[in-house]
Amino acid sequence: MIRDITLGQYYPADSILHKLDPRVKLVTTLVFLTALFLVSSWWGYLAATLFLAWVIRLSKVPFKFMIRGLKAIIMILMITVVFNLFLTPGERVLVQFWKLQITDTGLRTAAFMAVRLIYLIIGSSVMTLTTTPNDLTDGMERLLSPLKKLRVPVHEISMMMSIALRFIPILMEETDKIMKAQMARGADFEHGNLMQKARNLVPLLVPLFISAFQRAHDLAMAMEARCYRGGEGRTKMKPLAYQRRDYAAYGAAVCFLAVIIAVRVVV
Amino acid sequence: MERTGQPGEMLRAEELVYEYHRYDEEGRETEATRAVDNVSLHVEKGEFVAILGHNGSGKSTLAKHINAILTPTGGTVWVGGKDTGKEENLWEIRQSAGMVFQNPDNQIIGTVVEEDVGFGPENMGVPTKEIWERVEESLKAVDMLKYRHHSPNKLSGGQKQRVAIAGVVAMHPQCIVLDEPTAMLDPNGRREVIRAVRALNQVEEITVILITHYMEEVIHADRVFVMDSGRVVMEGTPREIFSRVEELKSYRLDVPQATLLAWELKKAGVNLPDGILSREELVEALCQLS
Repeated sequence: MIRDITLGQYYPADSILHKLDPRVKLVTTLVFLTALFLVSSWWGYLAATLFLAWVIRLSKVPFKFMIRGLKAIIMILMITVVFNLFLTPGERVLVQFWKLQITDTGLRTAAFMAVRLIYLIIGSSVMTLTTTPNDLTDGMERLLSPLKKLRVPVHEISMMMSIALRFIPILMEETDKIMKAQMARGADFEHGNLMQKARNLVPLLVPLFISAFQRAHDLAMAMEARCYRGGEGRTKMKPLAYQRRDYAAYGAAVCFLAVIIAVRVVV
Repeated sequence: MERTGQPGEMLRAEELVYEYHRYDEEGRETEATRAVDNVSLHVEKGEFVAILGHNGSGKSTLAKHINAILTPTGGTVWVGGKDTGKEENLWEIRQSAGMVFQNPDNQIIGTVVEEDVGFGPENMGVPTKEIWERVEESLKAVDMLKYRHHSPNKLSGGQKQRVAIAGVVAMHPQCIVLDEPTAMLDPNGRREVIRAVRALNQVEEITVILITHYMEEVIHADRVFVMDSGRVVMEGTPREIFSRVEELKSYRLDVPQATLLAWELKKAGVNLPDGILSREELVEALCQLS
């Protein structure tokens, strides 16, 4: 049960999107998300839909994986739609009952908001589905490296992220083990009200924290024993280097942004 | 004190002392434990040395001195002729004396096997192309090449430990210190790891310092040191050590089953030679009896 939770949702496949440099994917996703906020007409959404559909086809990831991410935001989506639908004042009232009314503007705004939210999620899912978490941290380290000049510890942050990613499954397993051990001694994690439940978690959390600190100590020692001394003077086994396809992807992203801006200006 | 060391010398410790201190809230010392007490030993290049001892005998503390994770409270340790107490020697010593720890999960840094093996060379600033060569040859040396793209989480304990060894080998050390590498493994995993370690010693001629409390693992060593409460109490070839069964028992150590049986038989009056190490030797010796 608890072991099934996986962080990141990488879907292994052999597509051009999987092969792209993580930096390109990060930047393009950012461009796509920004562009969504520039859209103000159905024509703009048509362009975004076409672009998204094309990218999804290129990724070779089954569509049902793309919409899986939507489950998490279904409540937010409903609330947004309902509020926009009933509370937007407009010229023409379509339906009215009690104090609530649905206007033409309200209908339009609600639909726009819904599509925008859905596309935001699908757009970022495309990135996380085609990029391993490790590549993502690597890409982020390189993209943020100018911040080093401002003394932001970029290398350290990305090292921490990738170590966290490595240890999440191990700590999950450990949680499972401690839970079973405590349950065997009569601990109850399922009954009682919220307060009792929270209190019952103590015998789980204390051993888990102790063991996590022990692991951190061991790992730090192992890293030092292998000559780790921060990002300074370090070489990379898999350095990021742009290929021709990466420039093409940047080109596609720029074209898309241009189209969206053009549509906004013209319509 | 500076010394260049003899050319064939890998490790020398002289009058090494290490104390753990415990302080109370006001910073007053409440307790001092002497984990390593006046140890002197030396190891030649290419040797396979085993250090035996039960829990708390100071063997792990001694091991951490060889990699300069700990520095001596008293006395000196030289690794490849370099004093571990000197800050400027630190990285060179850590590169020339690699260390493998007990828990396989807590020493693997990469999320993919080959990335983990590349971690050491990356830290040393080895050029990218050479990192790949080193990763490949080290994984081959421990027979893990076909798992190079796997996640370490999906490997068995013995396989993880071999990846950890490959990670050290990729740094091209002269010496590998293994601190109870098999303590958390099942018998199959133990055998895999020991086989890999012996191959490194014989084929690659890397000096091996194996710290363990499993007797079966030391019978292949060139020399054995036995530690008890921070001191080296016995030293010799495995055959010499295991012929002193009573003494080993007084240090709360077991002897291999075959050795124990031979010793008991001898005590009961059967005429057997001293220091039998394996079942085959015992069978051979018993057949010689008329």
